[in-house]
Amino acid sequence: MFAFQYRKAKTLKEAGEWLSKDDEAKPLSGGMTLIPTLKARLANPTQLIDLNGLSELSGIEVKDGALIIGATTRHHQVATSKVVRDAIPALADLASHIGDPQVRNRGTLGGSVANNDPAADYPSAVLGLNAKVITNKREIAADDFFQGMFATALEPGELIVRIAFPLPKKAAYAKFPHPASGYAMAGVFVAQTTAGIRVAVTGAGPGVFRWSDAEQALAKGMNAAAIEKLTLAADDLNEDIHGTREYRAQLAKVMAARAVAALA
Amino acid sequence: MAKIELTVNGKKCSGEVEDRVLLANFLRDTLNLTGTHVGCDTSQCGACTVHVDGRAIKSCTLLAVQADGADVVTIEGLAKNGKLHPAQAAFTECHALQCGFCTPGMIMTTAALIKDTPNPTDEEIVHGLEGNLCRCTGYINIVKAVKRAAELQGK
Ligand SMILES: Cc1cc2nc3c(=O)[nH]c(=O)nc-3n(C[C@H](O)[C@H](O)[C@H](O)COP(=O)(O)OP(=O)(O)OC[C@H]3O[C@@H](n4cnc5c(N)ncnc54)[C@H](O)[C@@H]3O)c2cc1C
Ligand code: FES
Ligand code: FES
Repeated sequence: MFAFQYRKAKTLKEAGEWLSKDDEAKPLSGGMTLIPTLKARLANPTQLIDLNGLSELSGIEVKDGALIIGATTRHHQVATSKVVRDAIPALADLASHIGDPQVRNRGTLGGSVANNDPAADYPSAVLGLNAKVITNKREIAADDFFQGMFATALEPGELIVRIAFPLPKKAAYAKFPHPASGYAMAGVFVAQTTAGIRVAVTGAGPGVFRWSDAEQALAKGMNAAAIEKLTLAADDLNEDIHGTREYRAQLAKVMAARAVAALA
Repeated sequence: MAKIELTVNGKKCSGEVEDRVLLANFLRDTLNLTGTHVGCDTSQCGACTVHVDGRAIKSCTLLAVQADGADVVTIEGLAKNGKLHPAQAAFTECHALQCGFCTPGMIMTTAALIKDTPNPTDEEIVHGLEGNLCRCTGYINIVKAVKRAAELQGK
């Protein structure tokens, strides 16, 4: 690990100021992605600005028809929160299957969404539920937030403060985890929302994306058979030692059908 | 450099650490608590598992400065007054190890698991051990030991 200066911010304002003064500084949340990256010497930040403990970034509540979760809320807290279980059980279920218990005890919602790993679970829920990402500068709609592999609409120094998930009529998530890491080989979040049916796919492509053919097919009838007739175009999907792009297209389809079956 | 003060296995301790030092290294190199093992560079193996404020975490993926003020328990602090913790007793009794390298982490994860889930099913045990890798045993006796640890804890 290269050397850096660690600083624990006392307020969101302070964290924002420290970050805006130094382009090479990075916010630290659960550290479950950032610290392994530092250990591998894949990043060389000047400072780590620790966000843990900032009251503006914590808490879980239902308000004005949305479930609002602070950025530093740990996966374990989301998985076991009664408020989340009652409001959007699919989200609690998704959180309970991220990585492993130790990772869930540290990793956070904001860190996962800011990182936008193409195989991460949360981005599919943020996009599938048409959530709003609230930062220290503005509100960003999910459709504008994710911009491909590890890329987001966040500007340098901009911090995710909380995420507001509009309460869906129904929602479900199905993933095929990579057997070693737990990351999604393909994960599909299906939601019946007031704005229509949304289907978000993670793990299969270079970034989370909406599968519009599936959304249209499900609008005509919410059943798994509607998915079985579709083919997800494989051209832009990921291919690596774990599977070909055609395999991932098929997996995404099977996961979509499973999520739909779980909705019924 | 930062000065940190924390409680480790019930004892207050303090030290000067470089900001980039990991909790695992602080425990092993500064406090000489070498029961916490480091088995990988990728935060995947769980050999370094300790409890921080009552929850199992990978000490190779937390900075020592982040543990300032925390209550840390390592494998060395699990036995109480010379009596093995149920997880330790069960791993011995079920022969849940071969080389033993993964064992401290396995036991720390087990202790946390049976605290959250006092009567775990096989599925809950396997799901609960996902963050701990063992190169030797094939996990059969480890799963048995977790079941036995839950029984012993209930007694
Ligand atoms: C063994 C292992 C298995 C895993 N398995 C899975 C899995 O199955 N599914 C899955 O989805 N994830 C998995 N993860 C990743 C895990 O969920 C991480 O917690 C998550 O990706 C990052 O969140 P974090 O809070 O740890 O962020 P950090 O590591 O602290 O930060 C990640 C990035 O986001 C930035 N950042 C953090 N917080 C903010 C903020 N509030 N605003 C702006 N930027 C911010 C940081 O600067 C950094 O660049 C796994 C990790 C490990 C180590
Ligand atoms: S040494 Fe910590 S997970 Fe491997
Ligand atoms: S007993 Fe050898 S690694 Fe588990």
